[in-house]
Amino acid sequence: MMSPSVLLLLGWMLVPLTMTIYFSFLRYNLLNPGTESFTGWTNYYYFVTDPSFTDALVNTISIFGGVLFITTIGGIAFSLLLDQPMWKSGLIRMLVIAPFFVMPTVSALVWKNMFMNPVNGFFGQIASFLGLQPFDFFGQAPLLSVIWIISWQWLPFATLILLTALQSLDREQLEASEMDGANSFSRFIFIILPHLARPITVAILIQTIFLLSIFAEILVTTNGGPGTATTNLTYLIYVQSLLQFDVGAGSAGGVIAIILANIVAIFLMRMIGKNLE
Amino acid sequence: MRAISNNRKALNTAIALTLGLFMSFPIIWILILSFKSELDAIGNPLQVLLSSWTLDSFSTVQGRSDYLKHFSNSVIISLGSTFLALLVAIPSAWAMAFVPGKQTKNILMWMLSTKMLPPVGVLIPIYLLFRDYGLLDTRVGLVIILTLINLPIIIWMLYTYFKEIPVDILEAARMDGAGLKQEILYVLTPMAIPGIASTLILNIILAWNEAFWTINLTASNAAPLTAFIASYSSPEGLFYAKLSAASIMAIAPILIMGWFSQKQLVRGLTFGAVK
Repeated sequence: MMSPSVLLLLGWMLVPLTMTIYFSFLRYNLLNPGTESFTGWTNYYYFVTDPSFTDALVNTISIFGGVLFITTIGGIAFSLLLDQPMWKSGLIRMLVIAPFFVMPTVSALVWKNMFMNPVNGFFGQIASFLGLQPFDFFGQAPLLSVIWIISWQWLPFATLILLTALQSLDREQLEASEMDGANSFSRFIFIILPHLARPITVAILIQTIFLLSIFAEILVTTNGGPGTATTNLTYLIYVQSLLQFDVGAGSAGGVIAIILANIVAIFLMRMIGKNLE
Repeated sequence: MRAISNNRKALNTAIALTLGLFMSFPIIWILILSFKSELDAIGNPLQVLLSSWTLDSFSTVQGRSDYLKHFSNSVIISLGSTFLALLVAIPSAWAMAFVPGKQTKNILMWMLSTKMLPPVGVLIPIYLLFRDYGLLDTRVGLVIILTLINLPIIIWMLYTYFKEIPVDILEAARMDGAGLKQEILYVLTPMAIPGIASTLILNIILAWNEAFWTINLTASNAAPLTAFIASYSSPEGLFYAKLSAASIMAIAPILIMGWFSQKQLVRGLTFGAVK
C-alpha cells in the first residue's frame, strides 16, 4: 500500500534532479535551441566566479541569519508572555500568529507599498505628520526591509511552536523550584530554557529550509535590487534560468543550492529521526 | 495551584493584547483601507479613519481583472492537490502505522528528505517538462506539482495521527467478532477522521499560500491569487484601496481556517517533533 506514494516521490526526486545535474554540464541556452554541447565544469566555474554569486551567498546568509535572530529571540519572549494566565487567550494568540497565514506576495506588497513607501505609506505619513523626514526603507535599507517583512511572517511560527512546547512543561517542577527560592531569572535559565532547547532547534531548522528558498518576497518588492543588494541564491538562479534563459548556468546554481540545503537537512533529519524511536 | 490575582491577569491581558494588535496591525489596516475610496486611502491615518466607508474597491477589483477567476483557481488548485495527495497518502500512512516493516522508519525519513530539496534546484527541468507537455499555465499542472511537494508532509502528519490509534482496540473488536471490513468501517475510520481533517486543513493552507511554483509556472489563465497579487507589484500596487481589497479577499479564507488549526499546525509543520 506504500508503493504508490514511494513511486511518486521517487519520480519527483530522481527525474528533475537527474535533469538538473545533466543540464549543469551542458552549454544550453533556450534562446539558441539545438546548440547544446557538453562543457564539463564550465557552468560551475562561470556561476561561482560571477561576483553576483558571492553577493547572493552573503545575502542568503544575511536573510536567514537576520530572520532567525529576530524570530528566535522574539519567539521566546512572545511565547513566555502568551503562556501567562490571561483572559481571551485564544483570541490574543490568533492575533499574534495571524501574519503566518498571510500569503507571501500579500505581506510583501502590503509592507512595501502601504507601510514603507516614503510618500503615502503609513510610516511616511506618521513621519510627515510629526514633522520628520520620512525614511525611504527600500531605498536606504533594502535588505533590512526584506528581512523585516520575512520576520513578520515567521515570528508567529516560532512563537506558536515554543508556546506549544511551553504548555507541555511540568508546572509542578516550576512551583517546586519557586518554593525552593528560585527567582524568575534562574527558573528561566535552569528549567524553561533547557525545556525549550529542542523545540527551538526544530523551529530554527525548519525555518532554515524555507528561508534558504525565499523567492516571492524578493520578486514583488525589489526584483533582487538595487543592483544585487537583495538577490539571494534562489533569486539569482531564477534570473539566470528564466530571465536570461541560461539553462546550463542556472542548473549549476541549482546543484549548488541543493548541496547547501542538504547540509542543513542532515541536522534536521537527525532531530526528527530521534523522535521516531 | 496558586491563585492568580485578577489584577495580574488584567495586566497580562493588556500587554498581550497590545502585542497581538501590533503584530496583526498590517492586516487590520488593509481591512480598513479596503472599505475606503482610493482618494481617502492615501491620506494620513487620521483622515483615513474619519473618511466615509464604501464597497467600491471590491467591485472595481473584480471588474478590472476578473478576480473571481483567480480566486477559483486558488480554490481548485489547493483543494485538488490536497485531495489527490490524501488519496495517495492515506493508504501509505495507514500501512506504515499499523503494519510497520523493518524499512518503515527509513522510508519515512527518506520521504521527508524529498521535502528538503530546494524548489529552485529543479525549477528548470520542471519548467521544460511543463513546456513540452503543455502544462504551463494550467491548473492541472499546478495540482500535480503541489500534490508532490506536499505529499511528504501529509504522509508524516497522517502517520503521527494513525500511530496514536491504540492497536488494542482492534483486538477487542476482533474478539467481539468484527471482520476486517467492520473493523475498518466502524472502529478505525471514526478514530482516523480527526487526524485526516486536520491534515486536510493544514495542507489547504500550505497549498493556498505556495508562491514559488504558482508564480513561475503560470501566466494568466491558471494564475491563483498568489500570482495574481504579485502582478500588483507594478504601479497598480500604489492604489491602496484596491490592493487592500484584493489582499483581504485573498487571505480571509485562510485566516479563518487558521483559527481552527493552530494546534495541528505545529504538529504538521514540525513533522511530529513538537506536539
